[in-house]
Amino acid sequence: MTSVRKEKYGKINRDKVLGFTWDNKEYFGYEGDSLASALLANNIKIVGRSFKYHRPRGVMSCGVEESGALVTIGSGSKADPNVRATTQELYSGLIAKGQNAFPNVNYDFGGINNYLSRFFAAGFYYKTFMGLPPFEWGKGTGIWMIFEKIIRKAAGMGKASREPDPDNYEHANDFCDVLVVGSGPAGIAAAQEVAKKKLDVILIEQDSILGGNNLSEAEFDASLLHNQLESSGIRVMSRTTAFGVYDNNVVGALERVTDHIPNPNSKLPRQRFWTIRAKHIILASGALERHVAFNNNDIPGVMTVNASRHYLNRYGILTGNNIVITTNNDSVYQTALELQEAGSKVTILDSRKNVNLDLPKEIDVHLNTLPFSINGRKKIEGLDVCKATDKNNKNTIICDQVLISGGWSPIVNLVSHRGIKPIWNQENLCFVPGDIKENITVVGSANGIWNKNDCIESGLVGANEAMNTLGFHKKEISFPSVGGWLNPIDTLFEVKSNKFPSKSFVDFQHDVTAEDVRLAHREGFISVEHLKRYTTLGMANDQGKMGNIIGLSLMAEQLDKTIPEVGTTVFRPPYTPVPIGALTGRNVGKHFRPLRVTPMHQWNIDHGAKMIEVGLYQRPWYYPKKNETLSDSYIRETTIVRKTVGICDVTSLGKIAIQGPDATELVNRIYTNPFAKLPIGKARYGIMLRDDGMVMDDGTSWRLGENEYFMTTSTAAAAKVMSWLEELLQTRWTDLKVNLTSVSEQWAGAAIAGPKSRDVLSECVLDSNEISNQNLPFMGVLQTKLKDGTPCRVVRISFSGELAYEMYIESDYAHGMMDILWESAKKYDGCLYGLEALGALRVEKGHVTAAELDGRVTIDDAGLGKMASTKKSYIGSAMRKRGVLNADDREMLVGFFPINEKETFNAGTIVCEKNNIQGQGIGRITSVTHSPELGHWIGIGYVNGGLDSWKDVTLVGADPVRNKQMEIKVVSPHMIDPEGKRMYA
Amino acid sequence: MNGVLVPIQNCTVDMIRIKCPYCGERDHSEFTYGGDASIKYPALDAPESEWTKAIFFRENIRGMQKETWHHTNGCRLWLEVERSTITHEIKSVKACHPQIEKITKNKS
Ligand SMILES: [Zn+2]
Repeated sequence: MTSVRKEKYGKINRDKVLGFTWDNKEYFGYEGDSLASALLANNIKIVGRSFKYHRPRGVMSCGVEESGALVTIGSGSKADPNVRATTQELYSGLIAKGQNAFPNVNYDFGGINNYLSRFFAAGFYYKTFMGLPPFEWGKGTGIWMIFEKIIRKAAGMGKASREPDPDNYEHANDFCDVLVVGSGPAGIAAAQEVAKKKLDVILIEQDSILGGNNLSEAEFDASLLHNQLESSGIRVMSRTTAFGVYDNNVVGALERVTDHIPNPNSKLPRQRFWTIRAKHIILASGALERHVAFNNNDIPGVMTVNASRHYLNRYGILTGNNIVITTNNDSVYQTALELQEAGSKVTILDSRKNVNLDLPKEIDVHLNTLPFSINGRKKIEGLDVCKATDKNNKNTIICDQVLISGGWSPIVNLVSHRGIKPIWNQENLCFVPGDIKENITVVGSANGIWNKNDCIESGLVGANEAMNTLGFHKKEISFPSVGGWLNPIDTLFEVKSNKFPSKSFVDFQHDVTAEDVRLAHREGFISVEHLKRYTTLGMANDQGKMGNIIGLSLMAEQLDKTIPEVGTTVFRPPYTPVPIGALTGRNVGKHFRPLRVTPMHQWNIDHGAKMIEVGLYQRPWYYPKKNETLSDSYIRETTIVRKTVGICDVTSLGKIAIQGPDATELVNRIYTNPFAKLPIGKARYGIMLRDDGMVMDDGTSWRLGENEYFMTTSTAAAAKVMSWLEELLQTRWTDLKVNLTSVSEQWAGAAIAGPKSRDVLSECVLDSNEISNQNLPFMGVLQTKLKDGTPCRVVRISFSGELAYEMYIESDYAHGMMDILWESAKKYDGCLYGLEALGALRVEKGHVTAAELDGRVTIDDAGLGKMASTKKSYIGSAMRKRGVLNADDREMLVGFFPINEKETFNAGTIVCEKNNIQGQGIGRITSVTHSPELGHWIGIGYVNGGLDSWKDVTLVGADPVRNKQMEIKVVSPHMIDPEGKRMYA
Repeated sequence: MNGVLVPIQNCTVDMIRIKCPYCGERDHSEFTYGGDASIKYPALDAPESEWTKAIFFRENIRGMQKETWHHTNGCRLWLEVERSTITHEIKSVKACHPQIEKITKNKS
C-alpha cells in the first residue's frame, strides 16, 4: 500500500503545518488531520502489533471502531495508552508511540507468537490455569503461577503510567428539552427542526468537526455548520461522546477539553464528565461498516471501504495505488468511482451473482467473486480470489490495498443501555433498535436507514416525536422504512479457508479467529455470553464494534440456528472508554473527602500537636516534647493526667440541642436508662439501642431547663444519631413537640482531667466557688462565665476515670478558652493530651468507644446491662433479649493482660484457646494501649462467656496478619480504680 | 487508634431526582435512603413478635413502592416517596410528618 496526500482533496487546513513524533521520528501533518491520517499521509503502514500473535496491524477504519491503530499518546505521567489513532486529533508536538512491540512495531520479537499460534487458541489462559497440557493436565495452577507474569507482560496492550495522573478532570451537569446525539444528516435535520420551535436543544458530536458521514463527501463543507447551528439557537458540544444512557433520560457524556491542544492552560480540565438530563433524546449515532472474515484479512493495508472514502474527502489522502474492493452490498460503488477518479486502479469483487446497478465501465467489477486470502506479511502483495460458487478455482490479483465491506451495523449500543434488546433484520443483515417506551427516538442509519435523504426524513420524524413529548401537536408523518439499497445484501460473514490454523480474524483487537469461535463451540461454550468470555471476542476497548456480528453468525452456523436465536451480548456503558480520572473528577488528593477541623485546630498546632484523621476530623494525636516518639509522648501525657491535670480538645463529639415540651419524653424513650426524673442542672450517661436491640451509640444528655437538653454523642455516630432522632420525630412520634438542632459546629469543647482539674477550673471561671464539690458534684452541670466574662458550660464528667470536667464554649471563643485553661494548667505541671493518651486512659478504665460498640453487640455484651431499665419501654427494649441474644456463651467485654509483661499486642488480635488456634477463636481484642500505671501492655475486647468462663486460663492472642502470637489472660475490663473513687473525689 | 472510614459521595451519573416539597427538585445524592415507608412501627411496649415482624419482614416489591428518604444535605425533612423499583420513576413525594406535610403542600 502506498498512501499519499492528494492536492485539492480534503477538508484539512494546508496553511497550517503541524510537526509530530511517531516512534521517536519526526513527521508533519496538517491542521484537521487525525493521527491516523497523518501517519497514512507519511505512508506509515504498520502502526500496531496485535494482542496475542503480535501480527503487524495498520489503520483499519477512520473512527471509534478502530481495532488496529491503537497507540500511546504522550510520555511520562501523561502517557495515555490504547488511544485510537483514528480519533486522536493531530496537534503540534504530539508524541505517539506504537505499543505491544519490542523494539518497535516494525520489528517485533513477539512476532514469534504468530508461529506458535496453535498454543494460543481460544481459552488459552483458562487452560493454562488448569495446568499445562499434557504434563500437568488437570493438576491445577502450578505452572500458571510461574508463567502468569510472563504471559501478562507478553500479551498486554499499551502500558499505563505508574505515576499519579497530573491532569484535572471536572464534573458538570446540564439540562435541555431535546438532546441530539450525532451530527450526521439525521442528527442535524432533527436538531434544526426542533430548534425552530425555540426549544432548548443540545447537539452532541464525538468528532472535532460536525457532519458525521457527510464528511466522507467531497462537496460537503463543514466549516460553517457549527456557527449555523449555534445561530439557530442549538447548543453544540463537539469533541463530546455520549457514552451511556441511563434511567430518567439521563445521558452521560465525556467532553475532551484539551486533548487536542499542545500546551493547554493548566487551569482547564483535560476532560469534563457531563450528566445531562433531557426531556427527549434523539439518537442519531450512525452505523459502522463491518468486515468479512477470510485468511489474512488483517494485513496492513486492509481497511473498510467507507473509511477510505473519509480519508480521501476529509483528509485528502488516497490510501492505495492498486485497490481491490470486496463487498456483499451496494454501498461501495460511489467510493470506488471516487477512488478511481483520484488516481487509483480499482477492482471490485461483489459476492452477488446479479447486481442491478449502473456499473461504472471504467472499473473492473467481478460478480460472484469472493476474497480468499491476502498475500503478504507486513504489507499486501496480492489477493487470492475465487468464485462464490467454486472455491477451488483461485486467481491472484496483484494489489496494495484491500477494502472490505461486509455490510453495516447500526450503533444500537446507547438504546441497549436502556435494557432494550435489538431486533435482527434479516433483509439488511443487521440489528436494529427494539421497541422503545421511553422518550427516546432513534433516527438515521442508527435505525438501519441507509439512504441520506431517508436519514434526513427520519430526523424530521424524530424531531416531531420530541416536540410531541414537549407538548406540541404531533404531525402525521411516519418513519422511512429500514434499508434502502437497490439490491439486497448477500449473506457473507466468512470465506472459509482450507488452511489450519487459518488467520481469518473476527475480532482484530483480541486476535479472535473464526477457528477460535468454532473451537469454543466444540468445547461447549454455546451461549453468546460464554463465547465472549472464553474467546474474548468483543472485549477490550473496541467492545466488538467491528467483529461481534461475524462472531454471532459463525456461532449460529455451528449451532444450526439463526442469528436472532443465538442472540447478542448486552451492550453496557461506556460506548467508548472513559478514563477513571474523569469518573473521579475533582475528588482526588485533598478533595477526596471533606476535611473537618475543630475551632481550636490552629491553637493545637501552635502548641505542638501532631494531628490524626478520625473520620473526617483532624484531631490532636499527641503533643511531643523534643525528640519524643508517639509512644514516649502518650505515655508521658497519660501519666501526667493521672498525676496532676491534662487538657484535651473534645470538640468532635456530636452535639444536639433538644428543646420543647416533650423533650424529656423523647430523651426517655431513646436511652435505655431512666431520664424522666433527671433534675435540671444534672447530666447523665446514656446508651441508645437500635430497633433490633443492638447498641447504637453512647453519650450524655444534660438537662439545662424544664424543656431543654444538651446531648453529646460519640464522634463516629454524630451524624447517624441526628438523622435517627429526626426520623423518629418526623415518622413515628409525630405527636411529640420537640425541636432538634445540630450544634456540633457551634460549641467547642475541652476536657480537663486529673486530680488537679478542680483547682485549674476554679481559677478559670469568674466565681471559683461554683466549682466546689458541693456545688458541682459528679454529673453536675453549670452554665457560667469564664474569668474574661465569656459564657460557657461546664459538666463534671469523666472518661479517664479521674476527677474531670468538660467545658464548652461558643466556637468563636475556643482559642480564648484554651489560653485560659492552659495558662492555669501549666501552673500545676499539667499537660496537653491527644487522642492516643485519651485512648490509653479510657482503655485502662474499660470504657467503650466505637471500636467496641461496632453494631454487633448488645448492651449486656458490652458489660453495661445494668444501664438497661426494666421499669420503662424504650427503643430496642422489646428486642434486646430475643432468642440468641440470651445465649450464655455470647461474647462479653473483658480486659486482656499479656502473660509475659514485656509482650505487646495489637487491636484485631484473635483470642484462641491454647490448643485450638484457628478460625474466629473465642474472642477478639478491640483496643490496646500501654498502661503506664500498670507498667505493661493491656487491651479490652470480647470473649465468649466473659470473664467468668476464662478466669486464670492461659489463652493465645493470634495475629496472623502481623504474623504474631502471644500468651494472654482475661481480666476485668476495669483495670484501674474499679470503685471509681477518683472521679467522685 | 485508627481513623474511621467515612463513605464518600458516589461520583457516577446521578439518575434520580426527588422533588423535595420544601427545597424543590434535587439530585438523589443530596438524600439518604431510609427504608420501607409502609411499615407501622409497634408501640414501644408491644411484644417481641410484633417488633420482629416490623423490623425483619419486608416485601420485595416489583413496581411502585413507598419508601422514606431523608433530605440529609438539604432541609433535613424525612420524605415519603412513591418510587418504581423497575424504572426509578417517582410518582409522589410528601413530608412524612403530617403537620409539615400540610404546610409544605400549601406552599407548593
Ligand atoms: Zn429539602
